[in-house]
Amino acid sequence: MPDAVATQNQKDVLKTLIAILIKIAPFIGLIFVWLLFWSQLGSRFANVPTQTEILLQSTIIGIAALGATIIIIAGGIDLSVGSTIAMVSMVLAKILHSTSMSPTLAVVLGLLAAAACGLAIGAMVVGHVGRVVAVVVGLLAGMIWLPQQGLGLALSIPIGVVIAVGLWFLAGLTIRDLKLAPFIVTLGMMGIIRGLAKMVGVYGNEQASTQITPSRTTWIDKLNAFQNEGPFSFILSYFPISVLLFAGLAIAMALMLRFTKFGRHIYAIGSNEETARLCGVNIARTKILIYTLGIALAGVAGVLLFAKIGQGNATEAVGYELAVIAAVVIGGASLSGGEGSILGTVIGALIMQIVIVGCIKMDMDNYVQEIITGAIIVAAVALDQLRHRRPT
Amino acid sequence: MRGVAKAFGPTIALAGVDLEVAPGEVHALIGENGAGKSTLMKALAGAHQPDTGEMFLDGKPYTPDTPAAGRDAGVAMIYQELSLAPELTVAENIFLGIEPHIGPFLKLGEMRRRTKEALAQIGLDDLDPGAIVGTLSNAKQQLVEIARALIFDCRLLVLDEPTSSLTAKDIEKLFKLIRTLKSRGISIVYISHFLEEINEITDRFTVLRDGQTVGKGVTADTPTDQIIAMMVGRDVKDLYPRSERTPGEVVLEVSGLAGKLGLPANATLSLRRGEVLGVAGLMGAGRTEMARCIFGLDPVREGTIKVGGDPLMPRPDRGWKRGVGFLSEDRKTEGLATELSIADNTTLARLAGLGPAGLVTPGNQARACQPWIKKIPIKCFSAHAPVSSLSGGNQQKVAIARLLHADCDVLILDEPTRGIDVGSKAQVYKLIDDLAQGDPERGIAPKAVLMISSYLPELLGTCDRIQVMCRGVLGESHDIDKTDEHKIMMEATGAA
Repeated sequence: MPDAVATQNQKDVLKTLIAILIKIAPFIGLIFVWLLFWSQLGSRFANVPTQTEILLQSTIIGIAALGATIIIIAGGIDLSVGSTIAMVSMVLAKILHSTSMSPTLAVVLGLLAAAACGLAIGAMVVGHVGRVVAVVVGLLAGMIWLPQQGLGLALSIPIGVVIAVGLWFLAGLTIRDLKLAPFIVTLGMMGIIRGLAKMVGVYGNEQASTQITPSRTTWIDKLNAFQNEGPFSFILSYFPISVLLFAGLAIAMALMLRFTKFGRHIYAIGSNEETARLCGVNIARTKILIYTLGIALAGVAGVLLFAKIGQGNATEAVGYELAVIAAVVIGGASLSGGEGSILGTVIGALIMQIVIVGCIKMDMDNYVQEIITGAIIVAAVALDQLRHRRPT
Repeated sequence: MRGVAKAFGPTIALAGVDLEVAPGEVHALIGENGAGKSTLMKALAGAHQPDTGEMFLDGKPYTPDTPAAGRDAGVAMIYQELSLAPELTVAENIFLGIEPHIGPFLKLGEMRRRTKEALAQIGLDDLDPGAIVGTLSNAKQQLVEIARALIFDCRLLVLDEPTSSLTAKDIEKLFKLIRTLKSRGISIVYISHFLEEINEITDRFTVLRDGQTVGKGVTADTPTDQIIAMMVGRDVKDLYPRSERTPGEVVLEVSGLAGKLGLPANATLSLRRGEVLGVAGLMGAGRTEMARCIFGLDPVREGTIKVGGDPLMPRPDRGWKRGVGFLSEDRKTEGLATELSIADNTTLARLAGLGPAGLVTPGNQARACQPWIKKIPIKCFSAHAPVSSLSGGNQQKVAIARLLHADCDVLILDEPTRGIDVGSKAQVYKLIDDLAQGDPERGIAPKAVLMISSYLPELLGTCDRIQVMCRGVLGESHDIDKTDEHKIMMEATGAA
């Protein structure tokens, strides 16, 4: 029997080893992909500018993916990411083009616009679709339709408020607790927000356009720049502010998920919503907060898009939602909720960006990079399944 | 089946089991969870292949390598968890995978006709073969599964815990059906935890323990105590410990409670510190709904709830804060988040104080639940292990640990021993007794326990008082020594 015990121990060790390997698979994948391009390109790839380039290019998808991570851990999904990014870039450009408002305030307003979209999505997911409609109709009536009929804002805004309050209560009486699937809500919002982005380009402009180029330069334009002068040049000459922002937000989100009640509640809701409810978690409030925060982070990505292209563009960032979800999934999150981590998501975003940059450096056609990225996603999901397989 | 053995890696699930079922016999297969019942039945149905041993069907060697092969040989298995497609119709479910067809086209008429015939055989003449399965009651769905077995001309039917989700009335119907099938020469293997049912319906029994056959006999000739002793391998005289308890002040008062969804209709009770109050009743009487209303999981229409003398507007978070804890009857879909760790599940209802400045650290979560892991005890590698890695009994103990971590005075336990093995049950009974008694030496005050159960012997064994719920109305309180199973059943069925 000692032999049998020995093989048994060996088997156990092997099993534990495999479990650990699967757990750190995203990290292994990151190193593997990096080494792969290094072996092909040598020092053309393994140099500091290329590495900072990868970091810089990964910030938009990466920061949006931070937001998507908490939404996906909570068992939800957000398909409106790309539209939100474009919308925020348009809002920023519009403000900087047509007003003399400070850029900081413009950024705050842009983020608030994204957060408002998140609030609306969260509210619809937890069953307040009627209230969302009430607020939107009130806003449209008070701010746009009535003024267009020749009514002064002093009169039209109160009327809009009355309409909103009336509809709010009517909705409360008739269609309360109409919970909608996040997939469908955000699919709808993907179109609505994209439309809003284009509306910003039309509304109040002499000439309708899906692009707005602001008339002045501000600190926002420097977000992606390597700064060789100034007090922080020792770090900013290597890492532009956007990269530091990505790192800072990632750390903040990771700490939030791990060390706060809100973070534990996000995992609990994703793993078993009924259990969370039983344990006294306010499901509706928590979910609304998750979508608001998650989509506000997409708004941050929108600011970075604006900084990158130097203008607002309503037709940019199409399909980003899929890249974002891919980053989260490659990082080991489960689309059925309850699992996932910020570190994983960051790694997922970096893997995708390494593939993109590497393929460009190898002068490969775009399709190669798309095929590789697709294959990585399938591999990530296969690993996820492997991890969940019951030990037999 | 003779000397059947099966190992999964290092785990020996079956270590030589003998099982013999005569034609037209109802044979009980008894054993604690993990004794190997399911593995044995899966081997019989062809879902697993045994490592050693032989199986014979009607005297001929029987070696099914897939469930389909088992089915063709006439062995049908009805799993505890119903395996129907809820969106499909009755007929589509019954013929799933064996649809009669001409080329690519289904013979819909024949499917309908044969479904009708099969349903008629089991007394479901009035069920439309076109009905969507998901809209049927649990009991009807189960009968549809049996009808699916009959389509195959089955010789041996395995029923795995068939009554676990049925009401008393449906159980009676099922038993009637079992007797009909039996009279037609179909053999039935009946797996159940409920020894009362086994006494009522089965002819002979086989007891499994640790993957081995440890006893067999004729059901009618064997006292229940003896069967239990075989199951657990020890004497279970002390299964229900009940120490001297002295009830203290009233901590939970419910009066005229009615739920918005119809149940309960009228519930009044008062619960003292240091006592265990049992709530008996048939399934669907509204016991669970009453508990959910008290805890704020279901909306309340009218009535008042007082905790410690002050009114409570029911809502789960307020309940936990005021020291009321609720254990769900349904661990899988409500009670536990199974991907999350033991520590997470234990502390979820009270994360306050597990870190500096309102934060929560995983280390503190684990430390907080460590004492309960030791005391209850929960068998596990570490507090960070996912709940899904535990056995049913240990999972249930995690759910109970949550109430203890939240430091509840009032423990509402809905079916605390459902689906766990006898050994774990004994530990849960002991724990309930300890909680009701408190620990004066360490200054731990006695708790008040409200226990809902469908299993009368455990209510009679653990409670100080019992109230019976019938059609949403909660009856008077009875002291435990002035009532018995018969009286409770009379009241529960509305006969009293």
